[in-house]
Amino acid sequence: MDDSFTVKSTRRHRLHPGGLRVMHWLNALAMVLLIMSGWKIYNDEVLFGWLHFPEALTLGVWAQHGLQWHFFAMWILMVNGLIYLVYGFATGRFRRKLVPIRPAEVVAEIRKALSFKLAHDDITHYNAVQKLLYIGVILVIVLQVVTGWLLWKPVQLSEVLPLFGGFQAVRLIHFIGMAAIVGFLVVHVALALLVPKTIGAMVTGGPLVDDDAPSALPQPAPAE
Amino acid sequence: MARSPSPSIFRPKQGVDQSVMEENRKLVQDINRRGLLRGTLSLGALTMLTGCTISDTDTVQSFLRTISAFNDKVQEAIFRPNHLAPTYSVDQVVKPPRFNAYYDVEDVKPVDGASWKLELAGLIQDKRPWTAQQLHQLPEEEWIIRHICVEGWDYIGQWSGVNLGQFLKRIGADTTAKYVSFKCADDYTETLDMATALHPQTILATKYAREPIADPFGFPLRLRTATKLGFKNAKWITAMEVTNTFIPTFWSKQGFNWFAGI
Repeated sequence: MDDSFTVKSTRRHRLHPGGLRVMHWLNALAMVLLIMSGWKIYNDEVLFGWLHFPEALTLGVWAQHGLQWHFFAMWILMVNGLIYLVYGFATGRFRRKLVPIRPAEVVAEIRKALSFKLAHDDITHYNAVQKLLYIGVILVIVLQVVTGWLLWKPVQLSEVLPLFGGFQAVRLIHFIGMAAIVGFLVVHVALALLVPKTIGAMVTGGPLVDDDAPSALPQPAPAE
Repeated sequence: MARSPSPSIFRPKQGVDQSVMEENRKLVQDINRRGLLRGTLSLGALTMLTGCTISDTDTVQSFLRTISAFNDKVQEAIFRPNHLAPTYSVDQVVKPPRFNAYYDVEDVKPVDGASWKLELAGLIQDKRPWTAQQLHQLPEEEWIIRHICVEGWDYIGQWSGVNLGQFLKRIGADTTAKYVSFKCADDYTETLDMATALHPQTILATKYAREPIADPFGFPLRLRTATKLGFKNAKWITAMEVTNTFIPTFWSKQGFNWFAGI
């Protein structure tokens, strides 16, 4: 690369600004409440005869408690999620952190992950697989909100319901969306525990970074 | 429903003892990532332990029911009074319908249609009770609509009977009142908002698949509305009241959402 280093005034901020951290943990809370209460609701009328969720992992003594929690936590998820989407687009965080995704990099990262050679010294940049997973889980959560509304209001939204194949199909899609999020959570939490400084960064904010640091250039070591 | 005021669950009942903070200032300042991680895990474990009982405490119930009441308002606001639910063809009708009640089908106590009467109360001009025979002489309409249970199952049913909105007008009910409440032979109670009671697809049903409704499904008279969850469709109705005072229902008293619109 031939780019000469130009000095310009960039606003330095934490890797994860305060507002974003609050949104992350609120979302985590809403997700746990929604999944556990959703399992309670599911157990009352299962989709698959072989699958009942252990009662110890569900939220609520009776089915109505599961419903109460679900229809409370959905507001946290929706309001918080909406603010997050507006924030992500408006501040350019999505553009900086989640794109571009190059297929070759995805393949290379999966190879590295399978041979346990993942690099995680620099937590300020997501690799291609991370980008793909984060975009994927955001889209799945949006789908969960849409199918959630369709399950809640199949008659008021009867023009939209057929696009998803009808009421029982939407129940199934909502279930598969949950399974995808739980799958994401397992990987996400496992990798965070393997690299605990990522958890620290999501609590305290992490290293200071430049607003428009191009991801291709080597970063100065963050001052601890 | 009178609710005793309860403090926020986010606020401790007693004030926070500041001396604890002073004594542990060094410890607090010493918090490192590992400690935070450990703390997060313990918090998670705590959720697991209390998850099964936390929902039943008065404070939590009071909070969750406040949210549920807010959700009632949201549903009332988005309800489309003239939007029709999808209807289906005769060959999609499930026979017999699926049973639902707060007890098993063997415990259904059949109602004697000959001595049965529909009592009227509240903001109604003509409160004379109706016999089954009198009801059968009114114009009948039929809807083939989907029944959706709060549990998640559904089926298509063919219901006919008296349009509730037209019946309310016939008996001189005040349709500007807020609620239409029902009492049933099995002590079940149900309350509809007036908008739902006046919806074109809300009927007092007497027939299923063109035959008198069988005992387990509400003979001789039941409610059938296309815009509510299954449990809102009161069966074995014995009395109807038009009122501005909310009368808690069998399931809303137990914490289910009252509006339960679909």
